[in-house]
Amino acid sequence: MNNCCFIIILIMTSLLQISSASAESAKDNYRTYCMQCHGMAGQGMGLNIQDMSVQPRDHTDTKAMSTRTDSELFKVIKEGGLAISKSSLMPPWADTLTDNEIDDLVKHLRKLCQCDNQTK
Amino acid sequence: MNSLNMTTPLGKWLLLTLALFSLVTASPAHAGDLDLLNKHNCSSCHALTGPAPSTLAALWQRKGPDLFYAGNKYRQEWLETWLQNPKRIRPAGMFYMNHIKPGPKRNMVDTSSLSQHLQLNSSDAKSIAATLATLKENRSLIQNEKHDPKLSPGPLGEMMFDKIYGCMACHQIEPGFGGLSGPEVYTAGTRLKAEFMLSYIRSPQAWDTKVWMPNAHLPDNNIQKLVNYMINLSKKSYNE
Ligand code: HEC
Ligand code: HEC
Repeated sequence: MNNCCFIIILIMTSLLQISSASAESAKDNYRTYCMQCHGMAGQGMGLNIQDMSVQPRDHTDTKAMSTRTDSELFKVIKEGGLAISKSSLMPPWADTLTDNEIDDLVKHLRKLCQCDNQTK
Repeated sequence: MNSLNMTTPLGKWLLLTLALFSLVTASPAHAGDLDLLNKHNCSSCHALTGPAPSTLAALWQRKGPDLFYAGNKYRQEWLETWLQNPKRIRPAGMFYMNHIKPGPKRNMVDTSSLSQHLQLNSSDAKSIAATLATLKENRSLIQNEKHDPKLSPGPLGEMMFDKIYGCMACHQIEPGFGGLSGPEVYTAGTRLKAEFMLSYIRSPQAWDTKVWMPNAHLPDNNIQKLVNYMINLSKKSYNE
């Protein structure tokens, strides 16, 4: 292989490494950002809840969770509780997660509650 | 594969680029200054050069707060004092998931998993604090911040911090009161530079890409009020 090709390949691979800030899995995002309040088991019993005036949603509550549409769940994760007239204690995660990651989190929530949204 | 011949024009160009690159990425502190930090193995837990973790896997493994912008973040007097008498700042450690366990009503901090910080004698603390003050990456993030101590939230400070903006969900505003996944803020005013606090609240992700503090997109005068509220908290004395 000649020098020129070698350098081009070198540059290409380093560019690839920079641009591949890949999406994280919903499971890992949930663990990092959601469990602090919604808890290790997703039941709303997180580390932070002791002095909260409004308690975080229990994501395993099939009945309550099935009253929410997927787009409401997307909106509340992205823009925070106030966006769907709920508590400001649920913060907006728009700067932390990409839209695709939020879509994946909505699917993850549907697994946790074992529910679909009835009111599509 | 042919080995690169450094006497060809291309080889010389490559050498020059490499040399320039290492100059640019070299640590800003003088090598001698870092000897004490090396002696105490500070860099086994703290990053002394950037960038911050860019993946969750790296975030979860971080052993201590990043110090590569220490000079833009901490007040030097505080560094010197704290290093001689370190007290816990993050109730649930660096990454809270590594230090909690299920409890009857909520997840609890597993204090047995947290360890004491190493303690320095006064002369080591003094020179290390001075060295840390020279680590100034991310300068562009604070150079335009201007703290306005006059924008007081008055008696509304706690309401802003708790109910309106939900900051208390993760931060304690006095010992034993508030959330646990972020650092206590009742000492933030003595620990941190006001410009850093302003900039961090404006965009936590600009400092620490994957951090679990969200950007609340607050207008500047409310950021100023929250910072002045925290500075006021630090003026009280707490018997811990
Ligand atoms: C075994 C890992 C470890 C080593 C070694 C270590 N630190 Fe730390 N350091 C930590 C952790 C963890 C914290 C966070 C403490 C807390 O939040 O209560 C911390 C906090 C700090 C802080 C306070 C900053 C902040 O935002 O919390 C400073 C300053 C500091 N370390 C400097 C040093 C220096 C200087 C050395 C070497 C003399 C050193 N550390 C060695 C783990 C370590
Ligand atoms: C969901 C949790 C969460 C919320 C809500 C939150 N923070 Fe934070 N905050 C954090 C975490 C995590 C850190 C960084 C921890 C670290 O550096 O180790 C942090 C850091 C900070 C710091 C720097 C403190 C230090 O010692 O380094 C300040 C100041 C701060 N937050 C203020 C606020 C304000 C003001 C609000 C409300 C607008 C807020 N936070 C909301 C989790 C949160």
